Amino acid sequence: MAILLIAEHDNQSLSDQTAKALSAASRIGSDIDVLVAGKGAKAAADAAAKLSGVRKVLLAESDALAEQLAEPMADLVVSLADGYDTFVAASTTTGKNVMPRVAALLDVMQVSDVIEVVDAKTFKRPIYAGNAIQTVESTDGKRVLTVRTASFQAAGDGGSAAVESVSAPADAGLSSFVENQIAASDRPELTSARVIVSGGRALGSAEKFEEVILPLADKLGAAVGASRAAVDAGYAPNDWQVGQTGKVVAPELYIACGISGAIQHLAGMKDSKVIVAINKDEEAPIFQVADYGLVADLFEAVPELQKAL
Amino acid sequence: MRMKVLVPVKRVIDANVKPRVKADGTGVELANVKMAMNPFCEIAVEEAIRLKEAGKVEEIVAVSVGPDKAQETLRTALAMGADRAILIKTDETVEPLDVAKLLKGVVEAESPEIVLLGKQAIDDDSNQTGQMLAALLGWSQGTFASKVELDGGKAKVTREVDGGLQVVDLKLPAIITTDLRLNEPRYASLPNIMKAKKKPLDEKAPGDYGVAVKARLKVLKTEEPAGRKAGIKVGSVAELVDKLKNEAGVI
Repeated sequence: MAILLIAEHDNQSLSDQTAKALSAASRIGSDIDVLVAGKGAKAAADAAAKLSGVRKVLLAESDALAEQLAEPMADLVVSLADGYDTFVAASTTTGKNVMPRVAALLDVMQVSDVIEVVDAKTFKRPIYAGNAIQTVESTDGKRVLTVRTASFQAAGDGGSAAVESVSAPADAGLSSFVENQIAASDRPELTSARVIVSGGRALGSAEKFEEVILPLADKLGAAVGASRAAVDAGYAPNDWQVGQTGKVVAPELYIACGISGAIQHLAGMKDSKVIVAINKDEEAPIFQVADYGLVADLFEAVPELQKAL
Repeated sequence: MRMKVLVPVKRVIDANVKPRVKADGTGVELANVKMAMNPFCEIAVEEAIRLKEAGKVEEIVAVSVGPDKAQETLRTALAMGADRAILIKTDETVEPLDVAKLLKGVVEAESPEIVLLGKQAIDDDSNQTGQMLAALLGWSQGTFASKVELDGGKAKVTREVDGGLQVVDLKLPAIITTDLRLNEPRYASLPNIMKAKKKPLDEKAPGDYGVAVKARLKVLKTEEPAGRKAGIKVGSVAELVDKLKNEAGVI
């Protein structure tokens, strides 16, 4: 039977998380429809229609869906459920919010954070902050999955699927959107950046974090990440956090500055293509995963690196 | 209106212990390993206590689904400041969907206005139970909360989302799940640990809520993650730049 992929988008544009989740879905089956739910989201739907491997795009628009809150989103997906046996979304904060609600309404046990599709019902997923990988087989009639997009290549363009409007169920009015507080930034998004410069507790203060990490990131056109220790210490905002409890990233180049390499951080970045570690402690576990390690004081090495580029 | 809050808590391997995969691939070693309350659950207990201290909440009921030893986790919640506790005793592995079904039974018996849960347990990392409970009850949900304000029959929840924060208003009753920055949980004082021993702790069985616990996911294998090989150490920034340009080709 068919697969319904729930798109990640901001109404105007489609996130590349969707293209990556599509790759995961295509390992399960070939009849893949993409659901774009929002308001004024035609542009995002058109972008989804161009992805290679999409059968059709379902566009659902209403006031209640504008911010993709979990309650109306889940009701919408469930209203479409008869035609599908697998439901897939990226493991973003939206996917994590919506999909378990869908799963419970369908009486299905969700498989969270899929990193590998073994077959249509069998998946690999990390547990214990990536300290172990579990292979699980779903015995439910339908499957609900969230996908670790860092583990999958984005599907390419080249499709020309039809966009079909579907109606959303009446809004139950359980919750309402107040506002988004999204920091405006010219930097790329962490989860889709080609290069990430990340700072750890060794930075010592928010001021130093800004002074040392940001110029290098700017020079490279990189996104900025942080370890949980740095976030907990208040050196960096939470949405910069890379790790099992933060964002899972897989850029082409990841530069870890003053990050010791706690397992929960490694779980969030070890799929990066090239990892550089700069740390003055040569015993730091980060060096065990780094392609290029530089044992040095980051306060000297990072500015020097910035100048040398 | 002063409210009742239900706080589900889970007993997991202590966050400071590195879990070890069993040699035969059947799971993670739990025997003789230090256990503790799931850190996100601690944050939920703390938030409930702060709401009570602020006069918004009248009673905090902690509940856990697990083996006899989960009593210790409930006693920790009581020592922190919960008023009473319920243990739904089972030695089975209970998946989030069944936990949500059991909690639905507890909600129907206790009629809380709010259920405060951790966003995920650090053992199975599912991040599902709160959302599933909200679905089964037909309640609103505010997940990954970094701020909770109760006012006039609704809860204003600031949520940690990719890229920043999202603020939503939830109609009560509601499910709220906690993220890391919501608060810093207190340590229980020795007098409170002593007092907690006298607080009521009821024991129930899954059957009391009409739930037959049955895993839907068959665990075929548990293995160590594929290791990433350590690369080389470079001697200088100049050498690093050279390698990144000419060997890795990433800059």
